[in-house]
Amino acid sequence: MTVEERKGSMGREGAPKDQFPVGMRVLAVDDDPTCLKLLEILLRRCQYQVTTTNQAIMALKMLRENKDKFDLVISDVHMPDMDGFKLLELVGLEMDLPVIMLSANGETKTVMKGITHGACDYLLKPVRIEELRNIWQHVVRRRKFDHRDHNNYDNAGDSEKPQCANSEGGQGHIPSESSDYGGKLNRKRKEQNEDEEDDGQENMHENGDSSTQKKPRVVWSVELHRKFVAAVNQLGIDKAVPKRILDLMNVENLTRENVASHLQKYRLYLKRLSAVASQQANMVAAFGGRDHSYLPMGPLDGYGNFHTLAASGQLPALSSFQANGVLSGTNPAGYGLREFAASRIVQPGHSHGNTSNPINDLGKLQRINLPGSQHGNLLQGMPTTLEVDQLQQHKTMQDANIHLSGGFSGTGLTTGSSSNSFVNVTNNSFVSQAHQQHMQSKVLGNHSSVGMPSVTSDPFSVSVGGASHVPNLGRCNDTWQGDVPLIGHASNSFHHDDLANMGANVPVGLHIDSNPLNISSSNVVAAPLHNPVTGGDVQCQASSFGGNMMLMPSALDGDSKFLNFGNAGISKQKLKEPNRDHIREPNLVFNSYLNSPLSVPTQKCKIDNSTTNIQLTHKEESILETSKSQGGFYSSGCSFDDLVNSMIKPERDDIAFMDNDIGCDFYPLGACI
Amino acid sequence: MAATALKEQLNGLVNSMFAEGLLDEQFQQLQMLQDGSNPGFVAEVVTLFCEDSERILADLTKLMDQAVVDYSKVDAYVHQLKGSSSSVGTQNVKLACIQFRQFCEENNQEGCMRALNVVKHEYYHLRSKFETMLQLENRIQAYETKQQN
Repeated sequence: MTVEERKGSMGREGAPKDQFPVGMRVLAVDDDPTCLKLLEILLRRCQYQVTTTNQAIMALKMLRENKDKFDLVISDVHMPDMDGFKLLELVGLEMDLPVIMLSANGETKTVMKGITHGACDYLLKPVRIEELRNIWQHVVRRRKFDHRDHNNYDNAGDSEKPQCANSEGGQGHIPSESSDYGGKLNRKRKEQNEDEEDDGQENMHENGDSSTQKKPRVVWSVELHRKFVAAVNQLGIDKAVPKRILDLMNVENLTRENVASHLQKYRLYLKRLSAVASQQANMVAAFGGRDHSYLPMGPLDGYGNFHTLAASGQLPALSSFQANGVLSGTNPAGYGLREFAASRIVQPGHSHGNTSNPINDLGKLQRINLPGSQHGNLLQGMPTTLEVDQLQQHKTMQDANIHLSGGFSGTGLTTGSSSNSFVNVTNNSFVSQAHQQHMQSKVLGNHSSVGMPSVTSDPFSVSVGGASHVPNLGRCNDTWQGDVPLIGHASNSFHHDDLANMGANVPVGLHIDSNPLNISSSNVVAAPLHNPVTGGDVQCQASSFGGNMMLMPSALDGDSKFLNFGNAGISKQKLKEPNRDHIREPNLVFNSYLNSPLSVPTQKCKIDNSTTNIQLTHKEESILETSKSQGGFYSSGCSFDDLVNSMIKPERDDIAFMDNDIGCDFYPLGACI
Repeated sequence: MAATALKEQLNGLVNSMFAEGLLDEQFQQLQMLQDGSNPGFVAEVVTLFCEDSERILADLTKLMDQAVVDYSKVDAYVHQLKGSSSSVGTQNVKLACIQFRQFCEENNQEGCMRALNVVKHEYYHLRSKFETMLQLENRIQAYETKQQN
């Protein structure tokens, strides 16, 4: 084929831009220099613009820097610094770019894995030029479907991803959701959505019923979330309908749809929490019966400390948080911020008042957790898959908000599953527990797949595999909810005050609520929120995420809090910093809950941007919310706002975070990646 | 002319490598990619391949020397080598890698040791030919440059 031919054919399509596919910008990632070189030359031969890197981390960084810099990503499956599938997930979640997998391994199951992780194509090495000549079709396809979906649905938050899963996009129904995540997620989310739609039916389908035009994303600040929770409580969770909530809240510029979607997330979050809580209870008993259901957060110090952390009483708030378990389980993610590395859940409770201690501990824990993933990876590695999975689960929740999860999923948060180390580590109980699903088992030990318990459980496995690092985190997705408690969000019980405190304590590990938040979108940038406090960078990676950044204010150490939510990958980056106890990795978790003060001792993370649900104050609800979409992490210590902001608002509106800019000032985190 | 003779020699060498099974059609693809805009492409890829392969072989040797062999790591390396060798078109090395992986899956230490030796053997054989090939190319290049000047 000659270039001319190609061009000609493209012309047929109306060559959307300039001379597409000529000049299509491709990012090629392969650790093998020979193959990379070959790929580069082949792609150049096809007249694409090629950028190469032999490190997945670097690739993610480049992608995050500028979402519009590339049209397509080609990545090898086996890479030393990050699993190709994880990268795939992250990219899908955060940037929603088409990703093509490349491998010498052509076994059906591996190819299947690639597809389920969202790859739009899978090529075998040695790659031939003929195959490369046609890869532009994936870009076109995505764009087409994306727009179509977008138009149909209310883009409350979708804007970020214009491409919502084009592939999935076709499916239609939850386009908005899909937009948040990558294709895969969308699909799953959609499915999940359908399943879980019970609650948010009304809002969920923002896509459908809402206006078709994009609405400005609503940032669910802590305040707002607080009001929301108050309204819901007043009405009674069963009777709470968006219309009434809206009336009670009496906030201008808030539409019923916004409330509806937020409510949905919240409900999911609550569900998760309760699931986690039960697990937590088990765990707690195991641990020593800390009252907080939180999970062993207790002595975060070292992993084992979780209990103490939890016990600190801080958790209590969290405990009530329904999810204490949530935290436990989910925490991983949330805490991820700090703890993530340490793994585990940094005690969600900590964020509450206790904050100081727990978080620190958490921080430690966090570090520990990381073990799994290369430590920074907490979220990175893993969660992506997990998160993704989780996300899927939470799809419903997620809708837009969940973005957080998005990031999360991949990143450490999901860690729950994989490396458990994360959460497992001391916290395991925490996070893992929260995760109910996985968590339970894992919790203490290594959750292997913890982290994302709530997540579609299976999905975890997927991601988890990689996640080794932050297993907990990953779990966070689900647990997020639970985690939230950590984050200060201790969701229900969390008083706002606590949340504030939490900021500090909040083990940033914000678990990303099961997915929805975390994963919601890559937003969750696992960016480890750099807790101002800890000085760590809580890297609100969230920013990286599409938006939801779940900034997990790794309150704890401030080290890169994990906001990693969505960005699991991102967080990973942060994770690298393991030094800080930050949970950096937590990427995952945070997002949704992140707002919760994730360890935010450093609270700096004011992730205001994220307003994401996180409403930092963990307002319990917020946590839920956050998880849902918010990246809003609460960085516990940091004002929740920060967290929330950082938390990447899963909600699409805010997802602004994710873009690193989240607007959070505080992103001291190092700005979420 | 000397250049022509050199070119003939080079072609002869490459053809024999094809005939022996050292190279396959993937290598031909590489050759086709070399053109005015990428004059040293083949040489570059070949050099990269050799460097990378030697690194992997060294790592593999170390891994196999251990008392308890970590087959998953070994497999990962072999997989990578297989990928790069197939990308360059070095068929024999690739086939040897496939066999090696087989033994890895079975956790057959002795089989792996033998397979590793086969891979090394094939590789070094290939490398010496590549070296000759690159030398010829350089000389041809030098001639042509001289001619231009």
